[in-house]
Amino acid sequence: MSAHAEAAGHEHHGPPMANRSSRLDPATLGMFLFIASEAMLFGAFFTAYFFVRVVNPDAPATWPPPPYHFPIFVAGVNTAILVTSSFTIHWATQAIKRNDRNGMRAGLVVTILLGSAFLLTQMVEYAHVGFNTGDGAFASVFFGLTGLHGAHVFVGLSLLTIAAVRAFKGHFSAEHHHGLEIPSIYWHFVDVMWIVVYFAVYIL
Amino acid sequence: MKNPLRDEASAFRVVVLTLGGAVLVALGAWINTWLGVVVFLVLVGVALFAIRGGMRQRPTQAHVVHDDGPTRKILVVANETVAGGELHELLGRKAKGVSEDVLVVCPALNSKLNTWTSDEDGARAAAQGRLDSSLTRLREAGIAARGEIGDGDPLQALEDALRVFPADEVVVSTHPPGRSNWLEQGVVEQARLRFDVPVTHVVVESLSDST
Repeated sequence: MSAHAEAAGHEHHGPPMANRSSRLDPATLGMFLFIASEAMLFGAFFTAYFFVRVVNPDAPATWPPPPYHFPIFVAGVNTAILVTSSFTIHWATQAIKRNDRNGMRAGLVVTILLGSAFLLTQMVEYAHVGFNTGDGAFASVFFGLTGLHGAHVFVGLSLLTIAAVRAFKGHFSAEHHHGLEIPSIYWHFVDVMWIVVYFAVYIL
Repeated sequence: MKNPLRDEASAFRVVVLTLGGAVLVALGAWINTWLGVVVFLVLVGVALFAIRGGMRQRPTQAHVVHDDGPTRKILVVANETVAGGELHELLGRKAKGVSEDVLVVCPALNSKLNTWTSDEDGARAAAQGRLDSSLTRLREAGIAARGEIGDGDPLQALEDALRVFPADEVVVSTHPPGRSNWLEQGVVEQARLRFDVPVTHVVVESLSDST
């Protein structure tokens, strides 16, 4: 964002324009700080996860503890779905920057569908994973970590749905699309968190 | 520091880079667990370096919107050196034959620790004292000036002031090379790169000149 020093016109009334020591837009800064707090929340859950994993007597040779297995393939497909949704929301925001409203709407709808597919697949995974929260600490942190992420996906979907409703009502333009850009940043954060969760929990 | 989530496009880049980084860590860990740890640490280091700003990059030039009024607007950014005789002479020369509007900005210079703990009352009070003294001296020299306290970072103070004071020219007053922190930090060069207004650098040899 280029700083833009605007002339203080002689006809200007009211309080003077606020000086901003941060060159970030206040709304974007708010989302950035919120995401920083969310990263700390996830950090706490990751700490619990790695602690449980390290103190497990069989780790890292066998993880999860026998006889349980993580559905790596299904989670991999889910990862691909979520990563794709980042591309589609990026498409949507780039489209509105070119004033392409149809592109924005299509990108939003596809993103919401992909996000919903992710949540649905996660629910199916939970139903067939073969263990429950009472089956040991590893199960608790598994459900805690992936469930926390799932809750964030739900929040992200809610924000994107609001943005989609506004998009279909004719809101947003090439100059004014904060209502889409800020949920998109959140959605990318949710995606980044899932990549970390997937590789930490399922792959490593 | 560069904010990796400054806008949607930046956040999208973070997604792609995270995916690439995760694949590298997984490959390293697949070969050897400790190799995976090393790859992870290297990537974290690279990420922190990039967020901190990486190699110095040429900043985007900020556009200053001028009004076409008859008054010549001069923005002076200086700390204690605002009272130097060289500066008075320069301002008198710039404003010769035209009406002038001079705004003096004194950055509230502060230690890093105090900045991080938001303890800036002392720095602002000190800057206010220097500003009052400077304005008095400028008025005594026949230069109509007003002033304000700016951010502790002189470039940020300059940018903040330009938002509400579209200057025709910026004057940065410093101590001579070797005694000036601002020159050591390249404040004048960065100001010339960052703002599309003429930037004049005035070296004030010593405070005694101003008296």
